[in-house]
Amino acid sequence: MPGLEDLYREIILDHYRNPRNRGELPSPPARRVEGFNPLCGDEIVVYLLIEAGKVTDLRIAGQGCSISQSSASMMSSAVKGKTVEEAHALIRAFKSMMSIHEARLDQTAAEEAAGAEPEVKLGDLEALQGVVKFPVRIKCATLSWNTLAQALDGSA
Amino acid sequence: MAELTAAASVPPGRAQPQAQGSALPRLDVATVRKDFPILERRVNGHRLVYLDSASSSQKPRAVLDAMEHYYETTHANVHRGVYTIAEEATALFEEARAKVARFIGAPDVSEVVFAKNVTEAINLVAQTWGRRHLGQGDAVLLTHMEHHANIVPWHMLSAERGFEVRWLPITDDGHLILDDLDRLLEGVKLVSLTAISNVLGTANPVRRVADAAHAAGALVLADAAQHVPHVRTRVADMACDFLGFTGHKMLGPTGIGCLWARRSLLEEMPPFLGGGEMIRDVRLDGFEPTEVPWKFEAGTPPIAEAVGLGAAVDYLEALGMDAVRAHEIELTGYAMRVLRERHGDAIQIHGPADPRDRGGVISFCYKDIHPHDLSQVLDQHGVCVRASHHCAKPLMRRLGVAATARASVYVYNDESDIDVLAEALAEADALLG
Ligand SMILES: Cc1ncc(COP(=O)(O)O)c(C=O)c1O
Repeated sequence: MPGLEDLYREIILDHYRNPRNRGELPSPPARRVEGFNPLCGDEIVVYLLIEAGKVTDLRIAGQGCSISQSSASMMSSAVKGKTVEEAHALIRAFKSMMSIHEARLDQTAAEEAAGAEPEVKLGDLEALQGVVKFPVRIKCATLSWNTLAQALDGSA
Repeated sequence: MAELTAAASVPPGRAQPQAQGSALPRLDVATVRKDFPILERRVNGHRLVYLDSASSSQKPRAVLDAMEHYYETTHANVHRGVYTIAEEATALFEEARAKVARFIGAPDVSEVVFAKNVTEAINLVAQTWGRRHLGQGDAVLLTHMEHHANIVPWHMLSAERGFEVRWLPITDDGHLILDDLDRLLEGVKLVSLTAISNVLGTANPVRRVADAAHAAGALVLADAAQHVPHVRTRVADMACDFLGFTGHKMLGPTGIGCLWARRSLLEEMPPFLGGGEMIRDVRLDGFEPTEVPWKFEAGTPPIAEAVGLGAAVDYLEALGMDAVRAHEIELTGYAMRVLRERHGDAIQIHGPADPRDRGGVISFCYKDIHPHDLSQVLDQHGVCVRASHHCAKPLMRRLGVAATARASVYVYNDESDIDVLAEALAEADALLG
């Protein structure tokens, strides 16, 4: 049976307590996209600055549970400085880790995600794979990623 | 048939006089708990501490047995067959309606319409009475503490018919502000309000609002989803014109709810869904609806669910609704006291301070730990609470929070459940505080 330690890893709690890249960016030039989790009312706002095909800055505003907040914080660290293409690949890898079925848990989750996007290193983000054992929380973890994907796709 | 009725209504007979000569009946919770098979379950290595009955209640053995017995011995479609079991099924279905009518003090059995749930009951009123009577220049008055089920149907109809949706405000401690009621009632044709808030627990003065509404020429719908299961309900005392509630919150099965309305209103209202069961005649060029309540019950109804609801009503009546209410006031008071003593300023409980002004619903915020996280940690201790906006987003905005955690009690909860909750909260604090 999954325990809380699978969910609340130390690194997750760290990002929850000390969220990185919190705040806003002037928009425009930054893209501003809101994401909602209609189940719990969590709201997240992603500010995304893209210059010459690269994510030069990114900020997160809004409110939510520890999982949505720390996932957003980790995402912001992971994506900053990446090209748009690399950011998309990271989103794909992360979402594939999140969609892995419970039967294939533990170490294999991150490995399989990496298999889907072989060049992508999830790094710290692997700490979030425990969320898969708590299916209702998957939406919390993916909220910021879906919002980022929308921001990447949208025009400035 | 006689045998079947007996099986469906094993009288639990739990109402006992209070020890010290008081006339107030008391619940024997230890005995009640034995009637609920799910309470034997263990979750995450702990006994199940179910504190989410405001969302949906658990079911006693008597309800489960009644439904199973119905399927094993009697099932056939209702109002159609001329054979024995079809007649028995029809009789059971209509007997359930009669039980519900008695339970809410409806003067006439035909005033009870079965629906899928209270959401459908409210939509029924909006789409039939509302569509006929509401238009430009009219208003519907709701309160800031409504469930989405009593908001969205009016938004939907208003978008089409152009009437105004108006709001009765609330105080910070979750009471309706009625000072301006008469002015707010100008042009209002319907006041639709929750009898007991599913978030704040507030027991609203439906009677007082109804008297003012009637004086202003408006009708009143009471969303009694949190009232009928917990407080003796008499439609005449509430003085409402429509009353909706839902079976799964009152020990009954999912899939069945009720609309009560005065017979004259129901007769004047056009039908809701069209199909079989609701017609007197169908021709190539039209149809004629049948009489109430069947006019509003198109298609094969939830028969086993009605039987289950009837058994739930029997069960609650045997407990005694006064005993149920007394138990919940006592336990809610205990919970508010214990949570405050144990957690002090870390816990903020929304809604009225006096447990007599509220139902058994306690919404709270704990430090700034998100309700999702609280509920996740509590689940590890077998404690079920709801963490969300509780389908009341306008109220959440009014309270200035995105979500709350909510513990709610019913007949099978006792002090030990509250104690487990209070301890488990300390754990959440240690982990996330
Ligand atoms: C006050 C109130 N109204 C309406 C509802 C909706 O009930 P249902 O989903 O059974 O239609 C609920 C319960 O969720 C409620 O508490």
